[in-house]
Amino acid sequence: MAGNSADKIQGGLLGWVDARFPLSQLWNDHLARYYTPRNFNFWYYFGSLALLVLVIQIVTGIFLTMFYKPDAELAFASVEYIMRDVEWGWLIRYMHSTGASFFFIVVYLHMFRALLYGSYKKPRELIWIFGVLIYVVLMAEAFMGYLLPWGQMSFWGAQVIVNLFATIPYIGPDLVTWIRGDFLISDATLNRFFALHVIALPLVLLLLVVSHIIALHEVGSNNPDGVEIKQNKDANGVPLDGIPFHPYYTVKDLVGVGVFFIAFFAVVFFAPEMGGYFLEHANFESADALATPEHIAPVWYFTSFYTVLRAVPDPFIGVLAMGAAVVILFFVPWLDRNPVKSVRYRSMAHRVNLIVFAITFIVLGYLGVQPVSSLYGELGLRFSTMYFLFFWLLWFHSRERSVVFSLLSFAVLVGLYSFYDMLRIESTDPALVMSLWLLPTLYLLATMVVPALVHDLRRDRPVPERVTA
Amino acid sequence: MKSLFALIVLAALLGAVSSAQAAGPSVPLDSVAIDVNNEASLQRGAHLFVNYCMGCHSAQFMRYNRVGRDLGLTENQVIRNMVFTTDEDGELVSSGSLMTNAMTRAYGNEAFGKAPPDLTLVARVRGTDWLYTFLRSFYRDESRPLGVNNVVFENVGMPHPLWELQGWQEKRKDADGTVHLDLLRAGTMSAPEYDRAIRDLVTFLSYLAEPIQADRQRIGIIVMLFLLVFLVLAYLLKKEYWKDVH
Repeated sequence: MAGNSADKIQGGLLGWVDARFPLSQLWNDHLARYYTPRNFNFWYYFGSLALLVLVIQIVTGIFLTMFYKPDAELAFASVEYIMRDVEWGWLIRYMHSTGASFFFIVVYLHMFRALLYGSYKKPRELIWIFGVLIYVVLMAEAFMGYLLPWGQMSFWGAQVIVNLFATIPYIGPDLVTWIRGDFLISDATLNRFFALHVIALPLVLLLLVVSHIIALHEVGSNNPDGVEIKQNKDANGVPLDGIPFHPYYTVKDLVGVGVFFIAFFAVVFFAPEMGGYFLEHANFESADALATPEHIAPVWYFTSFYTVLRAVPDPFIGVLAMGAAVVILFFVPWLDRNPVKSVRYRSMAHRVNLIVFAITFIVLGYLGVQPVSSLYGELGLRFSTMYFLFFWLLWFHSRERSVVFSLLSFAVLVGLYSFYDMLRIESTDPALVMSLWLLPTLYLLATMVVPALVHDLRRDRPVPERVTA
Repeated sequence: MKSLFALIVLAALLGAVSSAQAAGPSVPLDSVAIDVNNEASLQRGAHLFVNYCMGCHSAQFMRYNRVGRDLGLTENQVIRNMVFTTDEDGELVSSGSLMTNAMTRAYGNEAFGKAPPDLTLVARVRGTDWLYTFLRSFYRDESRPLGVNNVVFENVGMPHPLWELQGWQEKRKDADGTVHLDLLRAGTMSAPEYDRAIRDLVTFLSYLAEPIQADRQRIGIIVMLFLLVFLVLAYLLKKEYWKDVH
């Protein structure tokens, strides 16, 4: 785009390089003359922070591989060797284990930012697709990495997750054997997970991150107002509301880095186990195929989807539901057809929908670390239902719906899960089922029925021409 | 409105955290305040550990001289007070050796039903409160092969190695079902002395599970101070650059 020969600094080493490699052009296209909306807020720190965590994970990961032994006999001891005998090995290891959790914290906030400001909408659908792919690969990367310390939770967590594939009809059991390379989680599994964790998935991840950024820089960044800054340019073709990413956002992101590092290193130095959520207590015991831990819980960043899995009685349908909970994210750009991007100018009904979704995701995550009980099981089902209802509502709020359509679809949706409740009421606690039935019903009432009756609640507001300060 | 309701649900859920923990011991755990910076306590704990625990339990990820260095012991003190194992030639192993012992897994399985577990990381697996309560909760039980049981770890396979110090306890159940342990025969230590000894031992086990923990907190404070300075400078830099953005 920009950066033709006139932009190049002639002569000198840089001139010599520029004649052979578009160094100045890349610098200008992606930093010095990449025009970014000037109204970014708090939510816009998490993109650069995700990149920072990626670098932390790669660099600490390289040092860990120098000392780690991917061998079922030696793996656990080699991690303790890193913790005790390798100079500063404990710091490298804690940074890597804490980094894994912070990667998900940062990515979840980054994704929620996109939901808030409609950053997945035209022309940014591909950025979103690349982003969801990054998220999926990140989950695989984290899962494989978690096996490597070869503790009890590594072993049994992997056992549970890999066995999910066994629920697939016909090919399931053979598929699982093929994945493990053995009839149980073993040295063979550890070796291949190590290979995937340290080379295959990181390569894919890097490629996707580069694609994510190239796509972003092609169309330009969205902003909290959801205004396209490229529609208002000055005589030189520079967006009126744009400022060069460098130096403005590089120095601003440096502040974000400062705050992030304080939180990150506070965990690394003062609470590396994070109360058993970042490093689970049972994982300080070496893997033992003959002793099942009392309570197998996945690491916190998977637990929302784990609850969806557990909410469905049939294992295979549960796996499908869990998969659908992730896959549905790919369709968000085509579910939400509302032309207004930012939540600032969207209807109250949509705002409520977003807030409930955030709470739903957190509650699902909480339920996933808890042992099964009838109350938690029931809550898990209700919140799983609400998780999927969010995506329905995203489509529903694409435009103002008529009162008839609103009430009709409300009746159909409530009817659907009420019918399921009637089928199972015999085998459950009716009081519990009926009281928690209120959860999704109130959710739909607040986002569909009440807005249908009170026009102000379903009305989007006009979007300004230019970004606001 | 809906979000408020969900918040209430969430609050109720969080309130239920403590009651929803995984099944633990049948008695409430006593909490213990340990200080891994207390060198004297660590030394006493190490003394108990090598003399009473290491006959059966190893600490196979730890080296003797690392303990010596961290606990302010000289090479000589380490060799004389901590190292009891010999190599194939009958020579005392070097102070740089891992803290293993002579008991094989097969022999452990044969003698106790289940080989005594390695204790290097036990404090990170069980927690210090659990260890503190467990080590004070042995009682006489003639129905067990070794004549001893434990209220924290029901039907534990080990004997009470510290019986000389603590004496023997007897289990008594109240009408309401609460469990009490009464001292049947006194040991060489009084009850407060024994509690202190166990606290020392647990302090050492906590150190053993993560030898860097005291250092990392010290380093952490310096890192935090550095980052605060960095944050202030970064903020001032940002303010300076952004002066002309309106």
